Amino acid sequence: MHIPDGFLNTATVVATGVVSVGGVANAVRIANKKLGEKHIPMMGILAAFIFAAQMLNFPVAGGTSGHVIGAALVAILLGPWAAVIIMSVVLFAQCLIFQDGGLLALGANIFNMGIVAGFGAYYIYRIMGSLLGDSSRSKLVAGFIAAWASVLLASIACAIELAISGTSPLLVVLPAMAGVHALIGIGEGLVTVAVVSVVLSTRADLLKLNRI
Amino acid sequence: MSNKKWWLVALVFCLVLATISPLASSSPDGLEKVAEDKGFIGFAGESPFEIVADYAFPGIENEAVATILAGWLGTLLLFTITYGLARLIKSRREGVATR
Repeated sequence: MHIPDGFLNTATVVATGVVSVGGVANAVRIANKKLGEKHIPMMGILAAFIFAAQMLNFPVAGGTSGHVIGAALVAILLGPWAAVIIMSVVLFAQCLIFQDGGLLALGANIFNMGIVAGFGAYYIYRIMGSLLGDSSRSKLVAGFIAAWASVLLASIACAIELAISGTSPLLVVLPAMAGVHALIGIGEGLVTVAVVSVVLSTRADLLKLNRI
Repeated sequence: MSNKKWWLVALVFCLVLATISPLASSSPDGLEKVAEDKGFIGFAGESPFEIVADYAFPGIENEAVATILAGWLGTLLLFTITYGLARLIKSRREGVATR
């Protein structure tokens, strides 16, 4: 879902850029207060995992592929502001080194795949968790739903930006983006649940870290 | 398994994921496919510079090898940068607190 340069108009580039700069600054401020010793290797591993996992495009219907975003996994394990930091570092490296995602569109990509996906997943996970209870199984169900929804929400944000930019009418681009990402989100849900369950069974202490 | 070993196993697992990246689907992703179908893919601009463009390490003829090298580079780079950044963010607070 990395937006290349040329898809967004100046107003959208500036608006998403300002929000993302503010979001990253706030994320660093909050992390500065809450980051503990155990968070540090976890953040490094999650960034490495997300980069590698994003290279693994899996086929979905109709000659289309998708890859995980990863923000939901970070939001569940470490909290939404940690997701903003990690997704920003990954997207920054992908844009600068791997020419994936536009330089000017970086703010929009951080907004969609960091802020929207991270906070969307975090709050949906918490709401689902309070509805389903605290068992391992309900954590995994909540994680699947939160991860799936995070992809859908990010794709809706992306579609709205494309429509505001005049690139494609909202009634055309919104159903198309939401439709294909509702499928890609299933992959996000499965990967998120798989990683959370491995962490639960091997290092359950890491699920009890302070959320950032 | 000791904690240190757990982190090492996790990092090796990430490198294994990067190693199987040549098997990934080469179909357009969700946004690219929508852009093709809805006729705005042509708006996409080229990057003003290329470093490891399209996840292929430059100067390597074999496509799979170029992709694997790009994957290893990115995985190790992201681990190092994020680990270092997290340590930096944490250490600045401690520096203030001890004063």
